[in-house]
Amino acid sequence: MQASDRFNINSQLEHLQAKYVGTGHADLTRFEWAVNIQRDSYASYIGHYPMLAYFAIAENESIGREHYNFMQKMLLPCGLPPERDED
Amino acid sequence: MYLYSLTLQRATGAVCAVIGSFSGRDTKKSAASGSASTQEIAVARGSTLDLLRPDPETGRLRTLLSVDVFGAIRSLAQFRLTGATKDYLVVGSDSGRLVILEYSPDRNRFDKVHQETFGKSGCRRIVPGQLLAVDPKGRALCIAALEKQKLVYVLNRDAAARLTISSPLEAHKSNTLTFSLTALDCGFDNPIFAAIELEYAESDRDPTGQAANQAQKLLTFYELDLGLNHVSRKASEPIDNGANLLVTVPGGGDGPSGVLVCCDNFVLYRNQGHPEVRAVIPRRADLPAERGVLIVAAATHRQKNLFFFLLQTEYGDIFKVDLEHSGETVTELRIKYFDTIPVTSATCVLRSGFLFAASEFGNHALYQFRDIGRDADVESSSATLMETEEGFQPVFFQPRPLKNLMRIDEIESLMPVMDMRVANLFDEETPQLFTACGRGPRSTLRILRPGLAISEMARSMLPAEPIAVWTVKKNINDMFDAYIVVSFANVTLVLSIGETIEEVSDSQFLDTTHSLAVTLLGEDSLMQVHPSGIRHIREDGRVNEWRTPGKKTITKVGSNRLQVVIALSGGELIYFEMDMTGQLMEVEKQDMSGDVACLAIAPVPEGRQRSRFLAVGSYDNTIRILSLDPDDCLQPLSVQSVSSAPESLLFLEVQASVGGEDGGDYPANLFLNAGLQNGVLFRTNVDMVTGQLSDTRSRFLGLRPPKLFPCMVSHRQAMLCLSSRPWLGYIHQGHFLLTPLSCDTLESAASFSSDQCSEGVVAVAGDALRIFTIERLGETFNETAIPLRYTPRKFVILPKKKYIAVIESDKGAFSAEEREAAKKECLEASGAAENGNANNGDPMENGDGQEDGAEEGNTFPDEQYGYPKAESERWVSCIRILDPRSRDTTCLLELQDNEAAVSICTVNFHDKEHGTLLAVGTAKGLQFWPKRTLAAGFIHIYKFVSDGRSLELLHKTQVEEVPLALCQFQGRLLAGVGSVLRLYDLGKRKLLRKCENKLFPKTIVSIHTYRDRIYVGDMQESFHYCKYRRDENQLYIFADDSVPRWVTAAQHIDFDTMAGADKFGNIYFARLPQDISDEIEEDPTGGKIKWEQGKLNGAPNKVEEIVQFHVGDVVTSLQKASLIPGGGECLIYGTVMGSVGALLAFTSREDVDFFSHLEMHLRQEHPPLCGRDHMAYRSAYFPVKDVIDGDLCEQYPSLPADMQRKIADELDRTPGEILKKLEDIRNKII
Repeated sequence: MQASDRFNINSQLEHLQAKYVGTGHADLTRFEWAVNIQRDSYASYIGHYPMLAYFAIAENESIGREHYNFMQKMLLPCGLPPERDED
Repeated sequence: MYLYSLTLQRATGAVCAVIGSFSGRDTKKSAASGSASTQEIAVARGSTLDLLRPDPETGRLRTLLSVDVFGAIRSLAQFRLTGATKDYLVVGSDSGRLVILEYSPDRNRFDKVHQETFGKSGCRRIVPGQLLAVDPKGRALCIAALEKQKLVYVLNRDAAARLTISSPLEAHKSNTLTFSLTALDCGFDNPIFAAIELEYAESDRDPTGQAANQAQKLLTFYELDLGLNHVSRKASEPIDNGANLLVTVPGGGDGPSGVLVCCDNFVLYRNQGHPEVRAVIPRRADLPAERGVLIVAAATHRQKNLFFFLLQTEYGDIFKVDLEHSGETVTELRIKYFDTIPVTSATCVLRSGFLFAASEFGNHALYQFRDIGRDADVESSSATLMETEEGFQPVFFQPRPLKNLMRIDEIESLMPVMDMRVANLFDEETPQLFTACGRGPRSTLRILRPGLAISEMARSMLPAEPIAVWTVKKNINDMFDAYIVVSFANVTLVLSIGETIEEVSDSQFLDTTHSLAVTLLGEDSLMQVHPSGIRHIREDGRVNEWRTPGKKTITKVGSNRLQVVIALSGGELIYFEMDMTGQLMEVEKQDMSGDVACLAIAPVPEGRQRSRFLAVGSYDNTIRILSLDPDDCLQPLSVQSVSSAPESLLFLEVQASVGGEDGGDYPANLFLNAGLQNGVLFRTNVDMVTGQLSDTRSRFLGLRPPKLFPCMVSHRQAMLCLSSRPWLGYIHQGHFLLTPLSCDTLESAASFSSDQCSEGVVAVAGDALRIFTIERLGETFNETAIPLRYTPRKFVILPKKKYIAVIESDKGAFSAEEREAAKKECLEASGAAENGNANNGDPMENGDGQEDGAEEGNTFPDEQYGYPKAESERWVSCIRILDPRSRDTTCLLELQDNEAAVSICTVNFHDKEHGTLLAVGTAKGLQFWPKRTLAAGFIHIYKFVSDGRSLELLHKTQVEEVPLALCQFQGRLLAGVGSVLRLYDLGKRKLLRKCENKLFPKTIVSIHTYRDRIYVGDMQESFHYCKYRRDENQLYIFADDSVPRWVTAAQHIDFDTMAGADKFGNIYFARLPQDISDEIEEDPTGGKIKWEQGKLNGAPNKVEEIVQFHVGDVVTSLQKASLIPGGGECLIYGTVMGSVGALLAFTSREDVDFFSHLEMHLRQEHPPLCGRDHMAYRSAYFPVKDVIDGDLCEQYPSLPADMQRKIADELDRTPGEILKKLEDIRNKII
């Protein structure tokens, strides 16, 4: 790899995509985008304890249960992925 | 508009807590017995970090330190290097940094030992901070994110025994979620970390759902090879898919090592190469079958040859888990029911036999172990685990009253503040804060009053009304006071302090006259000053009497340990000093120009013969400082004129900067305090050398001239100021605080110390002698709690009768009748079947509801055990009318039919037939998942009957959506029904629709009105400004916000301005620009033509956000109010984490400049403790705008003195001036 390659936009993007989960790209599908948003949201809810408590009050569950539910939802946050076109 | 933000009550909830010997100090007791050092508890409360220490003697928790870290603390861990005696605290936060703190007991603060940056700031999915694990031997730590990233740091020490930290070793795995992380206890072998992981890459790609179904949680072991300095994924084994929490099992000779894996319904023991040992968690008999049992908190108790775990479920039941093991092989895992306490977010077992339970909602508690669960109880074991076709056979139990634990202390927590109002319902000097707090059966309505709580220890009646009281020791080295001397109008009463307090006559005090002063003089002699002389009582019983010359009488006295000054009628001062032989000698006389109003002598400085300063207050509105040095005795040093004649004077030494527990190294500042006749307390700094007065501050305390008395608070000099209410001036964590006490007017007071009460106050008021202690120092508010039945949602104050109407509702609970019936059934059943016997598979419908604890004592309160869980789609709800004065509920309507009350307001319809009515919005069969659905919404209209004490349903109107907001408007009722704003009028049978607007984006959550404007808050889309045109009967939106805000609270500020708070923890002000506002008001169509041309689905005009501030906590209520009499209004807010704060608008540009510069310097010189950049934190979602963070500014006094001076120089001021500014602005708020 030449030194100049390091600075071209594509390799920078690739670097970002490798480093930061959820960085978009040109072929991103609507589903992938939504999944990322949802996972980020759940992670944010879990990270911000007052928010977690806020949800827990609304649902009348313990904060620990709410935390666990959000973690579980990170597996398939938007349901099953759509069928892909074979090409 | 510039605002000053100040937290009045720091967050009271707890995120996590760890226990450790952070001070590394030995208690006196344990040092003697040679055992380990004291333990402290570090508690993270969102953005504050607290250090608590339980006092093993009193069994109370004391807050040693509370620091605002300006970041969100998400995890805490503690570790100790081998051979050390002191623990370090590791903090995982949203700063993208790992911070290791060390507590310095001498300076009473946390020192940052290491700060390692590893990622972006913010609570992100792949930036570590959420999970934290430290090797039990303190050799390595692992910090992990919810997804992908895990970083391992090697901890070591250098030649100087300082802690060192390596660069991070990566143990990342892409597309993998981490549920829990812990370190294995494997002695001195390579450190191993265990994690529950779940990979999602396959599930994301497989549209058939097969991969998702087969997704398997793995228990992964990461080994840190200390020799190679490398982390490897050593093993990855499938575990139960319900796994959520790992708990370290002691190893390395003390136990079998490995981990406990807590799963939905099960607890497993796992270790590498060890077969799984599984036991089922016993279930409450009344739990619906579809609900699991999840462990939410765990604590480990370790002592020699014994360890056990206390695991708490989401319902509050604690189980004791024991492992039967031989060597490293675990043969049996037993789970035994231990006790039930409110659900916690963290529990800690202390070595001294206490359990600290940080409740997730409501008050925290400290429990003492009475037993460690040795008696037989419901137990499930891996040995008796039964697997049938339907899965594992559950074990059932019934919660019972506490057997192993005993609650000994409670720490108040407001978490969550659901709603708040500031009002003066009790006609007191300052308004009260009414907060609806808590959740479910632990809900309360708390009345907060600014001030400290007192706890009265004794109260006795005296024969007449006393005018003054003193306490004296017999010897300066005595621990406790010997006498209480009470002076009446013409007699003096002497009480001796012993086992009891009783009158004595052998004290040598003159009892036939009233006294002016009684003190200890020198080492061991007593002095009584009475109008006609000074009586000096020597230790051996000899009495020296000095008589006033002629017919003059003594009017005022000032004294310290070695010096006495008296003022005679006519204005003559006579100065006495104690000589080497213990004689009181007259030194100097001086004629003052007029009568002396008051006198005070500064305390004798350490190691000196005398104090140099005498303060004399005169009726010509001046205070003079006179010298007491032999060469210029009674010569004036300085003069200060004051606004009114001084009534009382007191010198007080104040530590200029933070001192340690033992006093600190900083020189004390001498302050002269004066209570003036106009009710103002005047404080001024006295230069220790020249006696010059500078830095004057004054504060209005009350309607009576404050009388000042010295007292002791946490072993330091403090001051009691008795005005129309008592105030305490004291030093708390380096700050001088002047706080009112919550008690009625006192006449005179003195400090009191005896065997039973080491630091109290004795006071006289009316004809009573009262002894009390002052509690919870450092708190801004003291509270009175009124229990409620369900989670309070909203409340309104009924203005005329000063009653409070509260709506309460809970999801997934049984109604009161059902609970009552179930309880009866349960009582009958318990006669037949033994508690907890699992005789059949289907759970019985049992419950243990008890209303307000009013039943006979055989059952246990719901506050402790929670309501039995019902199906999640069921709701219970009630409407309550409360008399806050008597704390009685005068009316309680339980809603039927799965209805939940969601909004409330009072309304006066213009036909005035019924007077004030109460409108309550309800939702029937409300569900949140997968989408918000409901069977029906209703608006109930209630009429007040029996003098406003009770309610009667007038009628009920069905609406199609949830009516989340109600508001009176021009004699009609405005309701936000889903996304529709509708105007109702009162009909005979139901409400009549008059007008509506359906153009709101999502859901209306707040409505405020002012003149013909309506300010509507939308659940996701911030504020919409509307107008109502009566002639055309039309509601239309003329302005909205361009920022999507998830409004949680709103408050109307002025005609063009609204204050709001959003779900992400921001407070903002939205203002309609002046020109647009004018244009709309002048436009004959009221901007309506323009509205019809609105573009892009929005309103034609946009409001501007003029203020923006990240609080870091979900704000649930906003209120404009003034907390002090005559003070300016500020915006008070309450949050989910139970904090109360205020935003005050600056009145001068000069102050804005000063505070923004101070803030800027503090940001640079004193960055937040946990590594989060202050500016970035306050701008977490939107850039901070025009708000100065008072919490940061108030950290100024805790800086080292040279830093203070440096900042002060930059600001062209002295540190004293800055402290005064800080004090002044705080005094404007509270």
